[in-house]
Amino acid sequence: MTKTGAQTLIDTLLNEGVEYVFGLPGGVVLPLFDALYSSPLKFILTRHEQAAGHAADGFARATGKVGVCLVTSGPGATNLTTAIATAYMDSVPMVAITGQVKTNLIGSDAFQEADVMGITRPITKHSYLVKDLNDLPRIINEAFYIASTGRCGPVVIDLPVDITMNTTNSPRPEEIDLPGYKPRFHGNPRQIKLASEAINNSQRPVLYAGGGIILSGSSEELRQLAEKANIPVTTTLMGLGGFPETSPLSLGMLGMHGTCYANHSVQDSDLLIAVGSRFDDRVTGKIDEFAPHAKIIHIDIDPASISKNVKVDIPVVGDAKSILTELIKDVRFEERKEWFDKIDGWKKNYPLSYDNSGKDVKPQYVIEQIYEATKGDAIITTEVGQNQMWAAHYYKFTKPRTFISSGGLGTMGYGFPAAIGAQLGCPGKTVIDIAGDGSIQMNIQELATVVHHKLPVKIAILNNGYLGMVRQWQELFYNKRYSQTKLSNNPDFVKLAEAYGAKGFMVDNKKDVRPTIDEALSIKGPVVMDFRVAQEENVFPMVPAGQAINRMIGGMA
Amino acid sequence: MKHTITAIVENKVGVLVRIAGLFSSRGFNIDSLNVGTTENPELSRLTLVVKGDAAVLEQVRKQLGKVIDVIKVTDITDKPYVERDLMLVKINVPPGKRGEVLEVVNIFRGKIVDVGPKDMIVELSGTEDKVEAMLELLRPYGIKETARTGQIAMIRGTK
Repeated sequence: MTKTGAQTLIDTLLNEGVEYVFGLPGGVVLPLFDALYSSPLKFILTRHEQAAGHAADGFARATGKVGVCLVTSGPGATNLTTAIATAYMDSVPMVAITGQVKTNLIGSDAFQEADVMGITRPITKHSYLVKDLNDLPRIINEAFYIASTGRCGPVVIDLPVDITMNTTNSPRPEEIDLPGYKPRFHGNPRQIKLASEAINNSQRPVLYAGGGIILSGSSEELRQLAEKANIPVTTTLMGLGGFPETSPLSLGMLGMHGTCYANHSVQDSDLLIAVGSRFDDRVTGKIDEFAPHAKIIHIDIDPASISKNVKVDIPVVGDAKSILTELIKDVRFEERKEWFDKIDGWKKNYPLSYDNSGKDVKPQYVIEQIYEATKGDAIITTEVGQNQMWAAHYYKFTKPRTFISSGGLGTMGYGFPAAIGAQLGCPGKTVIDIAGDGSIQMNIQELATVVHHKLPVKIAILNNGYLGMVRQWQELFYNKRYSQTKLSNNPDFVKLAEAYGAKGFMVDNKKDVRPTIDEALSIKGPVVMDFRVAQEENVFPMVPAGQAINRMIGGMA
Repeated sequence: MKHTITAIVENKVGVLVRIAGLFSSRGFNIDSLNVGTTENPELSRLTLVVKGDAAVLEQVRKQLGKVIDVIKVTDITDKPYVERDLMLVKINVPPGKRGEVLEVVNIFRGKIVDVGPKDMIVELSGTEDKVEAMLELLRPYGIKETARTGQIAMIRGTK
């Protein structure tokens, strides 16, 4: 049967099980959008390509499936790059399809032409420029396979318009042909044995779990290991939800804005068991003084992550789920009373805390109320900055894929579009974007998308009138010289929500916080909550950049 | 320390850009990079000479291995291997000096591949040291141009 390239693309996507495609049309993708018009694929039209990418990313993080986005050439593709880089840094499975000018015009500086392969090379796991329609089914299959296996990541398919218009009746085989790509799944049994011996012999072990726990779906195995061997667990920002924070073994998050007890535990440990984490500088602080007494086990799917930043004693390369399953068999319970007494002391003396005695609305209080109102069962997306850290501190995450945030790249404007993808992927769930007044304005236009698609996404703006995290650094390290961080002309977010056809609430009083959250949650459509919070509240504890992670300021008393 | 790394890569559009880009974005320093086809037209062989300590070299190997089009990466520095660097050099040959130049070229078993009234082109292949040594001896006559392949290398024997 003769098919166009556009039809081939849609059929192959459907074969891959794709349900949603996020994007925005444009000139060279007209043939694709014409084919989409009569296809069962559900297309989510965003108002900016960056948002389409983040929505595909949020969909992927919430569901574990590959997120798919489709945009036009040139500016469409360049607008998408922030979203691709965000997905790359956090190892999110994503296939990004970009239109490209006609094959014979490539390189001629044609209208809306950009070298997408060149621009996206450092921010993709792999990329393809389709030059022959007959290769298209194989390329799509390979893209999905590469994106979703090994260390996941975004794959770009750059698709010239003539390829989508050509027809073929003899496509080449669709089988994947990747001799250079063989991700390792099972860990080396000898390394696993060494790891279990180290665990059994340790007095002061700590599990340090990252986003790999979520990606590999191994939070249950992590819990079993921690409980069987009796080991406290700290997670990175990306690992939140990978271990129940309600467990007595939980230390919460570590690193720059980690809890005091997590950071002290890591610094005092004699064995650090890193699982699916990459020793990012926001986690390690001053690297020479990170976990100075600890032997380090590193379980990771990416061999290049091993000993990249920190010298590892026992590397185990492979899928965390497979390795943890093996490891659980070999470890035994140890009481470690002295160790847990010490940790309990830190927990008692240095809990996460804030002063809630005044009249003003504290951002931490808003997060606590959201946690209680949703009984910890919502999907929380965040923007980047103080809002992200308060969400990480004061919402107790207990299930994987319930905390969705841009960790590695730290992309402001991520949370709201990501919430769109998460809501579509998990239609029955409450999805809340915790935002700041700065970052929400970076993709505010997506209010049109949520209204258009009737998505009940809730936005909680912690509105302090500042680019708060930068202001905090200026307060602490730049003599309160608030250079360009005051946002004095914020819009009226309630009116803005209403202008788009959404519901809006403004809260400037502590007693109205909870009733407003409850009311917002009871509304079936999108709601913007503008919480006027204490303007100069800081995120504590905090490790100043470049210091050892037990050199925290704030939150110690 | 200098390391010689060979990689078998798929002969696809953009593979060289991926590798060169990887080196620049990760801050690795390449002394030389050579790419050529192999006996299998679908594969190319890359020879890289890289400077760095053990940790850097480990990252170079692993990051190269992560490139989807790269099939196999081998650091052959500690293995018995044959290395060659091919050079073409155009030398200024003043009148009366041709004999001297020829003598140097012969000692190094170079080949004269072109002779002009005032210059000649010499072809020389060998280890980098040998090529450098001849170049040093020819330098006083005036080197007009050089072109080098960079090192290519292969492990000895069969595995």
